[in-house]
Amino acid sequence: MKLFKNLLGSVKPHFEKGGKLEKLYPAYDAFETFLFVPDHTTHKGAHVRDAIDLKRTMFLVIVALIPCLLFGMWNVGYQYHLAIGETATLFENFIFGFWKFLPLIIVSYGVGLAVEFAFAIYRGHSVNEGYLVTGLLIPLTMPIDVPLWMLAISVIFAVVIGKEVFGGTGMNILNPALTARAFLFFAYPIYMSGDKVWVHDAMVDGHSGSTILGELAASANWQSLSFNPFDMMMGTIPGSVGETSFIAIMIGALILIATGIGSWRIILSTFVGGFLMGTLFNMWGANELMSTPAEIHLIIGSFAFGAVFMATDPVTGSQTNMGKYIYGFLIGVFAILIRVFNPAYPEGMMLAILLMNIFAPLVDHYVIQGNIKRRLKRANA
Amino acid sequence: MSKDIRLKKGLNINLQGEADKVYASIPQSQSFSIKPTDFHSLTPKLVVKEGDKVKAGSCLFYDKYDDRIRFSSPVSGVVTEIVRGAKRRIMEVRITADAEISYEGFSFDSNSSREELIDALLVSGVWPFIRQKPFDVIANPSDKPKSIVISTFDTAPLAPDNDFVLHGLDKEFQAGIEVIKKLTDGKVHLNVDGNTNPSKVFTDCLGVEINKISGPHPAGNVGVQIHHIDPINKGDVVWYLYPQDVLTIARLFSDGKYDVSRMVALTGSQVERPRYYRTISGASIANMLKENSIKAGSNRFIAGNVLTGTQISTEGCIGFYDSQITVIPEGNEQEFLGWIAPALHKFSMSKSYFSWLTPAKKYNLNTNYNGEERAYVVTGQYEKVLPMDIYPMQLIKACMIEDIDTMEQLGIYEVSAEDMALCEFVCTSKIEVQNIIREGLDLIKKECS
Repeated sequence: MKLFKNLLGSVKPHFEKGGKLEKLYPAYDAFETFLFVPDHTTHKGAHVRDAIDLKRTMFLVIVALIPCLLFGMWNVGYQYHLAIGETATLFENFIFGFWKFLPLIIVSYGVGLAVEFAFAIYRGHSVNEGYLVTGLLIPLTMPIDVPLWMLAISVIFAVVIGKEVFGGTGMNILNPALTARAFLFFAYPIYMSGDKVWVHDAMVDGHSGSTILGELAASANWQSLSFNPFDMMMGTIPGSVGETSFIAIMIGALILIATGIGSWRIILSTFVGGFLMGTLFNMWGANELMSTPAEIHLIIGSFAFGAVFMATDPVTGSQTNMGKYIYGFLIGVFAILIRVFNPAYPEGMMLAILLMNIFAPLVDHYVIQGNIKRRLKRANA
Repeated sequence: MSKDIRLKKGLNINLQGEADKVYASIPQSQSFSIKPTDFHSLTPKLVVKEGDKVKAGSCLFYDKYDDRIRFSSPVSGVVTEIVRGAKRRIMEVRITADAEISYEGFSFDSNSSREELIDALLVSGVWPFIRQKPFDVIANPSDKPKSIVISTFDTAPLAPDNDFVLHGLDKEFQAGIEVIKKLTDGKVHLNVDGNTNPSKVFTDCLGVEINKISGPHPAGNVGVQIHHIDPINKGDVVWYLYPQDVLTIARLFSDGKYDVSRMVALTGSQVERPRYYRTISGASIANMLKENSIKAGSNRFIAGNVLTGTQISTEGCIGFYDSQITVIPEGNEQEFLGWIAPALHKFSMSKSYFSWLTPAKKYNLNTNYNGEERAYVVTGQYEKVLPMDIYPMQLIKACMIEDIDTMEQLGIYEVSAEDMALCEFVCTSKIEVQNIIREGLDLIKKECS
């Protein structure tokens, strides 16, 4: 600790006003405040402040993502060994997945933070913490075999177009992690959909690694699938790295809700919306996706992952409490709707969340108009 | 009909250093100062100069834009210094007190008409104790308020206990209320604490509407109470004052004196023996600190409470409206990876630290920012600590972009900076909420006048 302090102290003069590297101060500041909570004291307004800050908030989201991350790594190895017909221990599966997934994380953080730092230096503001979470969310929503250069491009797109052009963390309209995913999905669909991308090396292998939703869309009855609901709960199924395990996602949800970081209103109403829509389609039952039971819909695909980690992004979601219920509910409804009706790609969560990101301010607008009307009524009474 | 209002939203910040219910006597302070900055948006016009002799109740300065509003010296003595700040703005009028206070002799009859009472309050310099909502400024004597509200309890951290402070002063308090009642055609609301058993001084008070308000801070704030009892719409004016100031009014009419002596609580974790002192508004805190002792280290001295108070020096003075001095440690030290550590000693409304597991624990908070200012990211925090039907974040954003129409629609007239101090406290993005609201109110006031 003292070592860090001395080190920072010795280089600080270069970055301060008049120093050689004055322009790089935001970069220095980011490292310093990462290591040490700064010694800034209050100078106006309240003299004491709550212990929470944005770093703590983002750090807790990372903690909530850890179960998905660990399970996802293990599942990469498990699915691979299943595909090639070998048996492997739990540890071997994990290590295999770890080495496959690590490059994705490194590229995501490396490229994303580089862009963030560049913008901070260019604009002269401090580096915001938002990318700490985005940087982990992006690889977790990717298929394991996504080429690293593609990942890098999507990260740049997400950070620049998704976030920085609007003014950086807190100002963006669309969820940056989903912006990255949507970009890849539309730019390189072959690498993001179909039945060959979800399991490592499945392209070479000839093993059918299609996801449950893929099979359902191809008119397989849900009961004839090779996976039972228990597999779907546990997550021993092919899919994007972080999305498969309902259990791991729920552990994350518990952490988010217990710490108050994620909005339980959004999570709950998303599941309610999805369940109601699924039930409605069950009654209709025109195709296999429609007749898949509503509760199964909630545990397959990226529904749960999106509801817990993507929809709850406070910046792009609704900001009023009432709005959060409506926003979440509509995400659930649209996710199932798109899933059932979109012939090209049987997953609706990403598009549903992005769509509702756009509508979130409108939802808030009407909630707030209600408040304004209440006040006017009181004045006229 | 009196109301019983139970508020759920809000936050009590439990700090170490609550004042024991004892009072210590200290020799009368030598140095006094009256700060025009205590009165928001006031432009003072001086009537004294350095070297002038004054009595308690002599006019020191008046409001440049309304010369009826006068500000009096709290003690007799000599004007020793006029402290000026940037652009020659008057910051302080310093007075060195006589050993024995001599008073300007007033003689007013509390049974006179409303106009005569207002004149009496204005001439003596007691008027500035009466303030108005919206805008939190000294009441305009020409206005007719729709009601007058007195909050008899303070829920702010370490706030003095008015039940203790006013103990046994039933008659004086009632006498003050009798005067105040005549200032409005509407009601006088006396709001008592529903969490405890309030003192008889308040509950037995006659001729007023006694409302029970319970809940965590800011339940004791006048602004929050008005929102639930008699909400302010555009154009409405409500006056308010503090319980100790009711006594000042009573003494003006009974003794013919401008007597602003009051009880002040010396509180905070850095005070060895937190307790109450009988002193005079405007007195230097030096004597208090001498009688007590302050723990070593770099400390912050605050006139008022930790949420809304003003920083002063060790020689600083009690402000016009203050009845509390708080001393807490400065937090000017870096903390290694402080945002990752479990940090059991830290307090947070959010559950991101463990303080929610120990709700009764008392904390020793310092002045560290605990982070840096950021754009808004987290939502739904402010709503938890503002017990009003108002969307705080949207209102703050409207203030930031100076959108007057939206500010009015969202209820700017109902809030004041102190009501939203907790929003500032809990803010993850460390936004200066109080300042933004204050500037928003100033903008509206400017546009309306």
